[in-house]
Amino acid sequence: MTTEVLLDCRQVTKRFGGLVAVNGVDFSVERGRIVSIIGPNGAGKTTLFNVISGFYRPDGGEIWFEGRRIDGLRPDQVAARGISRTFQNIRLFQNMTVLENILVGMHTRVRASAIQVLLRSRAFLDEERALVEEAFRLFRFIGLRANPNELARNLPYGEQRKVEFARALASKPKLILLDEPTAGMNPQEMAETTQLIRRLRDELGITVVLIEHQMRVVMGISERVTVLDYGEKIAEGPPAEVRRNPKVIEAYLGRGAALGSAD
Amino acid sequence: MGVQNTFLFEVATQVGIFAALALGLNIVVGFAGLLDLGYVAFYAVGAYLWAIVGSNQGNVAFGTEIFPLAPVWFFPFLVVAVGVAAMTGILLGLPVLRLRGDYLAIVTLAFGEVIRVVVNNLDKPINLTNGPQGIRAIQRPPLFFKPALTALGVTVDDATLYALYFYFLVLLIIGLAVVITRRLEGSWVGRAWTAIREDELAAQAMGIPLVRMKLAAFAAGASFAGAMGMIFGAKQYFINPESFTFMESIGVLSMVIVGGMGSIPGAVVGATVVTVLNLQVLKGFSLLLNQLRGTGVVLPIINYPLAQWPTQLDPAKYERLVFGVLLVIMSILRPQGIIPERRHQLELAEGVPTPATAAPVTGAGDDD
Repeated sequence: MTTEVLLDCRQVTKRFGGLVAVNGVDFSVERGRIVSIIGPNGAGKTTLFNVISGFYRPDGGEIWFEGRRIDGLRPDQVAARGISRTFQNIRLFQNMTVLENILVGMHTRVRASAIQVLLRSRAFLDEERALVEEAFRLFRFIGLRANPNELARNLPYGEQRKVEFARALASKPKLILLDEPTAGMNPQEMAETTQLIRRLRDELGITVVLIEHQMRVVMGISERVTVLDYGEKIAEGPPAEVRRNPKVIEAYLGRGAALGSAD
Repeated sequence: MGVQNTFLFEVATQVGIFAALALGLNIVVGFAGLLDLGYVAFYAVGAYLWAIVGSNQGNVAFGTEIFPLAPVWFFPFLVVAVGVAAMTGILLGLPVLRLRGDYLAIVTLAFGEVIRVVVNNLDKPINLTNGPQGIRAIQRPPLFFKPALTALGVTVDDATLYALYFYFLVLLIIGLAVVITRRLEGSWVGRAWTAIREDELAAQAMGIPLVRMKLAAFAAGASFAGAMGMIFGAKQYFINPESFTFMESIGVLSMVIVGGMGSIPGAVVGATVVTVLNLQVLKGFSLLLNQLRGTGVVLPIINYPLAQWPTQLDPAKYERLVFGVLLVIMSILRPQGIIPERRHQLELAEGVPTPATAAPVTGAGDDD
């Protein structure tokens, strides 16, 4: 695997009034990696995600993706470049079916024009059929057990998480940003999700950045860990190294706390 | 067939016009979730477009001799009306679509009023709309089939012929409107709209360009109103700003809500129920009461002579009240509407295994 840099955040800063949520953070991800961002609550992790995915415009710094600048682009333009994301609190389209949720995720890949839609042309129908078939394949890949034609809001929590995963994958992203993918999961579901994240990279070749609080997950799958505290990067490196870093232990876990029992 | 009873066709045509309006507004409010309270503005745009070029008003406004245009121009101008209304929708949408929810509702409401007031006052400096007096003698669509009817020996007077003509014209357009909305709904366009309605942020994260898709919804909805406005003007033969008040916008919106937001059959049923209620039921009830009053009927049990029934309590005068109460009852008992929105059930083509039949691929063992 090459060590080409896929995502490169340079000195990214984001302020909200007087609060500096993200302060001059350098953060880069090589293609094909699984990388974690950790840090206490309010450290700026989700803000960094929002800046990368275009929801916030950074107040300083640059963001490069595949050698092109993406800061200042709208979220839909960032998505079209191949960055996909999930949300901390699941944001499914509640009154749409599971399948439709996944089809919406394929929006950036649709080629049929509105005219072709109105005329129900061959090209449109073929594309639609292909998309539905692919959605079903994604369904199996994720291991969804729900009825694909069920409304998303009727699904149990764990299944909703999986649908959000599938929806984020539907655009065939190059990079996926996962915001606390195991939040609210039991140990069994957590193990499944960890496995799934690994398969995203191994089988689909997607680069993964995740925000995670569960140390078991972080230490289990990430190849690099970046630690944020008060909007600043305080440590970076392989998980084993980061967990021994005294700055991390103090800032993130408090004095004397053991890494393994943190949450 | 009730050819003799042209009033029925009149009502049916009115139902049809409102059904098409409701279908259009359903795209904006039902699909895309953008509360538009000034929808009637686009209806007015279509109506006035044809009223100006299809009557002597065009000559008054532009100082020419070429108006009114011949009836054959009706159909080309139907296309023009669709285009102009859609453009108006986009022009309105551009500045206001960054607003959400209540704010959007207020701005669209204001826009609807602005159009009405402009139309009301545009009789000077140039007399474009003839102000509150309105425009009369609006050209009707061509009776291209009349020679054929005469050849067949059918003699119908023009009034009846036009009643039927407008009825079938409106029916045709509704058919078209249903096909268009259904096709949009079942495609990436409709899914993007509904995604915006459900969660704007998530929709954007999925790569849906918010402004463009919202503008598309506005334009699509407006184009239906433009076409129907033109037909309305031609049918009425006369229009003035009074036909395009805020109450009309609310009326169409209530049709969408009563029928079921986001539901295509719902929009048609809602339009039918509301229009028939307004035009038929309460007026019919009033008529009946009046007749009974004349015959000196005494209500049993309470022993009340109907002749004493004050005219102030005429049911037709309480149209809005009855309608309002019905709306309240409706929103308590069946908030999702008469025919609630149903999502498309998508199936795989033959021969492709469904997830149920395929082996689970999860890494860990199944837990249920």
